[in-house]
Amino acid sequence: MEPFENFTGVVAPLDRANVDTDAIIPKQFLKSIKRTGFGPYLFDELRYLDPGEPGMDCRSRPLNPDFVLNDPRYQGAQILLARENFGCGSSREHAPWALADFGFRVILAPSFADIFHNNCFKNGLLPIVLAPETVEGLFARSRGPQALRIDVDLPGQLLTLDDGTRIPFEIDAGNKARLLEGLDDIGLTLQHADAIRAYEARRQIEAPWLFAV
Amino acid sequence: MGSKTLYDKLWDEHVVRVDDNGAVLLYIDRQLVHEVTSPQAFEGLRLAGRRPWRAAANLAVPDHNVPTRDLAAGITDPISRIQVETLDHNCADFGIREFPMADPRQGIVHVIGPEQGFTLPGATLVCGDSHTSTHGAFGALAFGIGTSEVEHVLATQCLIQRKSKTLLISVDGQAGPGVTAKDIVLAIIGEIGTAGGTGSVIEFGGEAIRALSMEGRMTVCNMAIEAGARAGLIGVDEKTIEYLRGRPYAPSGELFERAAAHWRTLVSDPGADFDRVVRLDASAIQPQVTWGTSPEMVVPVGGRVPDPRAEADPVRAEGIRRALGYMGLEPGTAIRDIRPDKVFIGSCTNSRIEDLRAAAEVVQGRKVADGIRLALVVPGSGLVKAQAEAEGLDRIFTDAGFEWREPGCSMCLAMNADRLEPGERCASTSNRNFEGRQGQGGRTHLVSPAMAAAAAVAGHFVDVREL
Ligand code: SF4
Repeated sequence: MEPFENFTGVVAPLDRANVDTDAIIPKQFLKSIKRTGFGPYLFDELRYLDPGEPGMDCRSRPLNPDFVLNDPRYQGAQILLARENFGCGSSREHAPWALADFGFRVILAPSFADIFHNNCFKNGLLPIVLAPETVEGLFARSRGPQALRIDVDLPGQLLTLDDGTRIPFEIDAGNKARLLEGLDDIGLTLQHADAIRAYEARRQIEAPWLFAV
Repeated sequence: MGSKTLYDKLWDEHVVRVDDNGAVLLYIDRQLVHEVTSPQAFEGLRLAGRRPWRAAANLAVPDHNVPTRDLAAGITDPISRIQVETLDHNCADFGIREFPMADPRQGIVHVIGPEQGFTLPGATLVCGDSHTSTHGAFGALAFGIGTSEVEHVLATQCLIQRKSKTLLISVDGQAGPGVTAKDIVLAIIGEIGTAGGTGSVIEFGGEAIRALSMEGRMTVCNMAIEAGARAGLIGVDEKTIEYLRGRPYAPSGELFERAAAHWRTLVSDPGADFDRVVRLDASAIQPQVTWGTSPEMVVPVGGRVPDPRAEADPVRAEGIRRALGYMGLEPGTAIRDIRPDKVFIGSCTNSRIEDLRAAAEVVQGRKVADGIRLALVVPGSGLVKAQAEAEGLDRIFTDAGFEWREPGCSMCLAMNADRLEPGERCASTSNRNFEGRQGQGGRTHLVSPAMAAAAAVAGHFVDVREL
């Protein structure tokens, strides 16, 4: 995974609560056995007017002019502004893969679904929980004639809006370190292989039925 | 130590180590693997030159993409076929036990785990699928994970986790006749909302939960995820233990008795502290029908579709308006006046033998109504199908005009050929009514198996108790 670096990006406001993983990437695209190439199908049913199928060339498909990502103001957006319970539904990691492949690096919302939130960190995406009033304010700001731009500083845990407003945010220290260093979780865990083996040896005595498969 | 919740007990037994940030390396006893969320995990292992830490801790089965008829012809959709074949190859390469498509034990992961005794009380169990919460019905800590975590468990048998909050949902008193586990869990979600359990593990308790069969408890825990919870849990009792006795992967003989003695301790201690407690009165729960595009958009069958103008909160009012538009419903429509085009009885929520019996009881001696284009019964596994056929349930369904299919996820998410066409309306026993879930433009109403069967024979939603 690439280390997460600070950047300044355009905010695309997606004004819907409970956006589920089926909406983020419809199931016909889950048949892929790869991790990449999902970006063109992100929000497929909302973004295009025709039914999407895997392998389609999206450049010639009819766009839904009412969908936020098709608005000229938000082209190249790297920050997605969302409403509560974003990413609910399935555990599919295809959802963060599609968001990242499309070019998003940060998602701002008042709350996220648990599994989705977790999956983001595994893919270099930074989900930030903000107070509902803050989110409301950002929606108002991002709808102006000029798109809102935000500077994201992960080490400093700070968002700075283009008018200079500063919004600090919280993040779990372990997740922050992994994003910043782009670390491989499995490699980190395997550093504790001895502890895992010791645990297994103890459990084989305490609960042998769990090892009898 | 003071009193512990069931979740505390399961958690404490699985802590391998705690790091400086307070994150826990949690040991995972069991993993279920299916074709949709595993290919990239196996690929990751291959690229890093890693082998599974404990291959025997995994059980794999294809379910999402498998066709539900004409199995001999194989999978005709080439992309689906590649995904299923990839699972077969990966399992062979990495030494993982698999029930391939032709195996009589094949079925939906969350049906076969318990059926095989692979799911055990006191275990931690994961799967790259959110409905892994189902297995919590056995007093196991079971939750869905993403593909990176599937790879992490394959490689290390562990996950990095933080402890969740606890929410006790106590369903007190007795549910009336005709009110099933599905109605109870839909009523719970209606009460607390789809984000009501976010960040929490829900323990379901109370007299009405204790009274449920293991199948019913699985239905309830299955939908804990629809309430936003990390996992659902139900304490162990004699029903749990008797369900597991004699199952292929459960312990046997003296080891079973030893295990059972430990399993009996897997309940929350009296006086254990939960972060939050919600109580519901079971006797007030009616058969439920969802009207919108989120499981919390649910009302009793005698009710009506809401009117957004009566909703004070503008975001919620807009949500109702959007849902009604998608569902093609006018505000105030009586649920009974809604007429499905298709009926689907199946999915990991409601495709076990008891579900099929409940639906067959309603269908017996009746016919599928003229307005219904397709009524499907898709058993959860090959073994459920065989059992149902031995009981003659398949004949009851086919005599009434239902189609009797091969096991799999089928029209729950429409990754195979079974799907809704745009604008079609479905009475479905599955767990999600999201936009496009059962096919692009399809409209889903979630109900219990008995209520789906009743809608099939009546041609519109109807209170199964009055049929
Ligand atoms: S039956 Fe539906 S919810 Fe269950 S595992 Fe299959 S697709 Fe997922």
